[in-house]
Amino acid sequence: MSKTEDASLEKQEQNIGKVEDVVKKSELVLEKEMSIDGSREITITSLKYNPSNPNSKPEFVDYKLRETPGMTLYIALTKIKATLDNDLSSDFVCRAGICGACGMLVNGRPQLACKTLTSDFESGKIELLPLPTFKLIKDLSVDTGTWMKNMSLRVNSWIVSKEKTDISKIEKPVEPKVADEVFELDRCIECGICVASCSTAIMREDFVGAVGLNRVARFQIDPHDTRTDEDFYEIIGDDDGIFGCMSLLACEDHCPKNLSLQSKIAYMRRKMVNV
Amino acid sequence: MSKTNINENIVESLIGTTIEKKKSRIPARLDFLQSATGLFLAVFMIFHMLFVSSILISKDFMLSVTKAFELSFLFEGGSTIPVFIAISVVFAVFIFHAFLALRKFPINYRQFLRLKTHSNLMKHSDTNLWIVQITTGFALFFLGSIHLYTMLTNSGNIGPYASADRVYSDYMWMLYILLLIAVEFHGAIGLYRLSVKWGWFDSGDAKESRRRLKRVKMIMTVVMLLLGAMTLIAYMKIGYEHQANYGERYTLSSNIGDK
Ligand code: HEM
Ligand code: SF4
Ligand code: FES
Repeated sequence: MSKTEDASLEKQEQNIGKVEDVVKKSELVLEKEMSIDGSREITITSLKYNPSNPNSKPEFVDYKLRETPGMTLYIALTKIKATLDNDLSSDFVCRAGICGACGMLVNGRPQLACKTLTSDFESGKIELLPLPTFKLIKDLSVDTGTWMKNMSLRVNSWIVSKEKTDISKIEKPVEPKVADEVFELDRCIECGICVASCSTAIMREDFVGAVGLNRVARFQIDPHDTRTDEDFYEIIGDDDGIFGCMSLLACEDHCPKNLSLQSKIAYMRRKMVNV
Repeated sequence: MSKTNINENIVESLIGTTIEKKKSRIPARLDFLQSATGLFLAVFMIFHMLFVSSILISKDFMLSVTKAFELSFLFEGGSTIPVFIAISVVFAVFIFHAFLALRKFPINYRQFLRLKTHSNLMKHSDTNLWIVQITTGFALFFLGSIHLYTMLTNSGNIGPYASADRVYSDYMWMLYILLLIAVEFHGAIGLYRLSVKWGWFDSGDAKESRRRLKRVKMIMTVVMLLLGAMTLIAYMKIGYEHQANYGERYTLSSNIGDK
């Protein structure tokens, strides 16, 4: 081994030592924070009801538990299920704000449980309810899937093109700006929070919802889709579609993906009123 | 086989589409007209406020505004017909706007319960603003109609004394307080909603534009309420002082020595 190699090896070892120190320190901090004495007790109240069981009656159940650092509602509910009530139902898949499974009313506001910190609630009291407008499965678990499938079928949520695709040829290029705009709207995770936030949807079951209008805007913008505004009018040109929207904008304010629902709905409204 | 002309409406009401199997364009027209009538009424309300508050400057000024509406600059003495026509137009638009707005009200117990519970739980400001809008809108059915009918049948009786007598001696002030509150909230929220509904004044940053619009809406409500209250007080004062001479009309000459 050469001298220079020796020196660099030593340096690396030193660096590793430094990293180990940092890790040890942060572990200590974490341990201290995790220590039961430092943390507060929080109360999570949840609706419990199983519509498929004729003997089940809706009730509110309180769960008291110790808050841990960085605790999300996902973590809290998992803890409740593991230690307090294994019969409580709620949905999670990704626990990272990607799958859209964990929407619920948190102190009345529709949001994703896995993206909600319990520390955001100063009072330490959190009331959970299932998302309205969707079919209740049990407790906090609702069926957004069937609703979203029907929405997709209703707005024909796919590229409709009159042009024959010739796979031997290179695809027509799309302006990067336009592509970005389409991808932006594709970020929707179908969590249903916009629908559960919407007073129109709450009152009128057949309303297509911001998620549906956003989807139509996505294909309207996409140059691959050859549907005209007249075609889109056939999908959303009524009071269950774009003209049912009363611009209450809770969709915009609650969407966990911060999609620009207001602008897109206004855009589609301008298009549709001019058809 | 012979074909009879089929009634378009029968086809649409049974099949859900027009004869060409297309969706009706009517919902689009109605949505547009809801906004257009709302905009007309809101802009009218702003000018209306400016005209009636002319009393805050002087009785003479208010009289000259009234006379201008009676087109006295065109012919001697003026005429109440243009005033009558103007009020009729506003009344018609008002009724049409209310008719269109009916489509949006919660119309049965379940809708009402769901809206109320949901908005109470969610505490979302724009949703609450909408509830203020339909509540004041509902009040306007009655308050607005009474006022418009009164003015329609009194289109010749507008002026510093005539109006003040109506406010004070005819007890219209009670109605006007409620009408003022209802209209100013409803109109300002309505203009805000129009802007976000159609995407007006969007500077590219929709959230920031909306914040700004909301501030403008707030300022507008406050300014209009203040101006309205001051105007109402001014008429009350004149009406109170003029109660002994109820029915007497103000003329420029009666101005001499009494301003
Ligand atoms: C009988 C009286 C009235 C009733 C029942 C009524 C009702 C309503 C309702 C329910 C809406 C909401 C519509 C929607 O969400 O699409 C609305 C919108 C509106 N109203 Fe009225 N209103 C009345 C009178 C007035 C008056 C006097 C004004 C003028 C100050 C006015 C200005 C507006 C505006 C600007 C909008 C927004 C239009 C839109 O959202 O498209 N309304 N009205
Ligand atoms: S638009 Fe936003 S709130 Fe609505 S389903 Fe998609 S991600 Fe959820
Ligand atoms: S668990 Fe996937 S979004 Fe919350």
